[in-house]
Amino acid sequence: MIKQTSCSPSKWEYPKYEPGDPVALFVPCYTDQFFPEAAEATAELLRRQDIPVVFPEKQTCCGQPAFNSGYWDEARKVVRQFCDAFEPYKWVVGPTGSCAAMARVFFEQVDPEPRIAEIGRRVCEITEFLVEVLGVTDTGASYPHKVTMHIGCHTRRELGVVDPCHTLLNSVRGLEYCPLPDIEECCGFGGTFSVKMPGTSLSMGRTKVENVIASGADVLVSPDSSCLMHIDGIMRRDPRAKHIQTKHIAEILVANE
Amino acid sequence: MSSTNDDQSHSAGKVHCGAEFYKDKTAGLAEPGDFAALGESAARSAKKVNELSAEIPGWQDWRQTAHEIKEYAISNLDKLLVEFERNISARGVEVLYAKDAEEANRLVIDIAKKHNVKNIVKSKTMVSEEMALNHALADEGIRAVETDLGEYLVQLADERPTHIVTPAIHLSAEDCGRLFADKLDEPYTAEHKELTDIARRHLREEYLKADMGISGVNFAMADTGTIAIIENEGNAGLSTSAPPVHVALMGMEKIIPGVEYLPIFLHLLGRSGTGQKLTSYTHLIHGATPGRKMYLVILDNGRTNDLADPNTRSSLGCLRCGACLNNCPVYQRAGGWAYGWVYPGPIGSIITTQLLGFEKAGKLPFASSLCGACSEACPVKIDIPHQLVHLRKRIVNETSSVSKLAEGLMWKGWAFAMGGPLRYRLTMKAVRIGSSLAKFLPWHPLQLGAWTRGREIPKATGPAFRDRWKKKQKQQK
Repeated sequence: MIKQTSCSPSKWEYPKYEPGDPVALFVPCYTDQFFPEAAEATAELLRRQDIPVVFPEKQTCCGQPAFNSGYWDEARKVVRQFCDAFEPYKWVVGPTGSCAAMARVFFEQVDPEPRIAEIGRRVCEITEFLVEVLGVTDTGASYPHKVTMHIGCHTRRELGVVDPCHTLLNSVRGLEYCPLPDIEECCGFGGTFSVKMPGTSLSMGRTKVENVIASGADVLVSPDSSCLMHIDGIMRRDPRAKHIQTKHIAEILVANE
Repeated sequence: MSSTNDDQSHSAGKVHCGAEFYKDKTAGLAEPGDFAALGESAARSAKKVNELSAEIPGWQDWRQTAHEIKEYAISNLDKLLVEFERNISARGVEVLYAKDAEEANRLVIDIAKKHNVKNIVKSKTMVSEEMALNHALADEGIRAVETDLGEYLVQLADERPTHIVTPAIHLSAEDCGRLFADKLDEPYTAEHKELTDIARRHLREEYLKADMGISGVNFAMADTGTIAIIENEGNAGLSTSAPPVHVALMGMEKIIPGVEYLPIFLHLLGRSGTGQKLTSYTHLIHGATPGRKMYLVILDNGRTNDLADPNTRSSLGCLRCGACLNNCPVYQRAGGWAYGWVYPGPIGSIITTQLLGFEKAGKLPFASSLCGACSEACPVKIDIPHQLVHLRKRIVNETSSVSKLAEGLMWKGWAFAMGGPLRYRLTMKAVRIGSSLAKFLPWHPLQLGAWTRGREIPKATGPAFRDRWKKKQKQQK
């Protein structure tokens, strides 16, 4: 496999999926607790492709918060826990581009052990797995709503996963896609950034909310619940945006409305 | 936010870069206010450049090639610097080396005294900003006038640049009109042409009376001993050729192996910096013209710190185009002064931290959401967000403070809590209780308070996924 950099991710070389291969479901900690629907939708998407889905119960967190904060020794402990949990599985798929980027791009930086980097490289974001690995372009969903999409910066720039999200969203019946102005801009979450520099982060988030409002959509979707958590938190305080729902893209891709 | 035009900010010895970013914790939320115009202007520039580069089929290949040339040059700096010095000094240029800003200032002052210099014209040089050269010269009774229009405005206003390419990006035409009326006794106008005419008239006199010209260096070509200076206003051409003495200031990383490698950088720099296919002027200076004297001061000033760190070394390849600033959502909101020193924006958070050290600038690498818009725009492909995270790690490991001690304990606790599924479950139970109670509290402690001032905390609406999953598995059995 080739090394990626944030500058312009090269095309990732995916191994071939053999029918019957089990897929281990990776559920980020905040998704597990606050957005379980996103994880359930992800499991459902995999099941609909006749994929045996397992949930390794030893999993906790990918280690990204400590890694991004500079606490690599602490991050390494959690990264190892992650790798112990997922070691038996060839495929690891989750409803998150950001944590997948942590595993795929940054595990090798945090831990020199080859095993860690190798397990990290198995992790895929769900739309990426469906489109790039399985070749799925239509999940058979129908969702007659006005929808716009924000793709998290790690998903966009570290993984280079943009097209799979659009491909799958385009296939949803009845969905009216409302383009998001300045779609490439960061929402300002940045994990601990939003805690360390809450003002700057909030200002970025408000710009994103302005753009979501301007798109005219009633639903904002994303492959990253973490960005959605931030944007949603701001929208709940904004009378002009209170009607706008946030949903993980997987929830739309299993919808049948 | 206020301008940092007090005396403190001019000396690197006292700065605490990035402190401005933390004000919002105590003094309310930092809203884009003062810097709205800067942010819009930077974003507009970024869009223009990104559209321009997207039209060029070979753009990504150019970036890669430029990255590799710089990588080669930086890894062979020892040999290339010697080669460059040999070639340029063979044509009568006196080459001097300075370890730090203080030494560089002394060298320039000595040259000025030797030639009995009273008035200096300066074209744009970021290195002289590092040295706070104008103040060092003023202390010796030598008057230095900036001739780049943006730098001239900033100097008149007694401010510091907010951007490395467009130093006065924060000033409107009306601001400039008031400034000229106030400082130059000119009738107020906000017409662009009239404003440039005023500046031209005043600056022309400066060129004529100057005893010495100071410039920067964009590229130094080792094989021919040539320096390249690129500009748009003609002021660098005049500053380097009108006065009898020319002093060029150069960071030691500006070397490229040879003149044949220059064109690709000219292609990239004009487009990335200002959205121009090529800047208006490209000066190649091979030495002093007959009857004139030329000096070249090569500055380290902490660059060897950067060189010694393999993870950030490529930041020395920075062309100072400003594309990462323009694309950075944090810079767009905070402006240049918030970074506390000469180099703002994402690249500044690397360079300043390496040049000034972690004690003085250790806050800067944290002033980023790590979105990566900077490295996507960088014409020499510096992987800025990765380097910022690497610097965060080094700062955590190599500095100590009381607050860091507390933070370290917090992360140790976190690592323990995430160290196994049972501990994870218990921790998350506490988090859920905390987040559901938070809305009943009138006040939120510490960082949580800063978060909730502008955002709702997410609510856990039902059992965690892993509990739902377990239940489902049991039902299926």
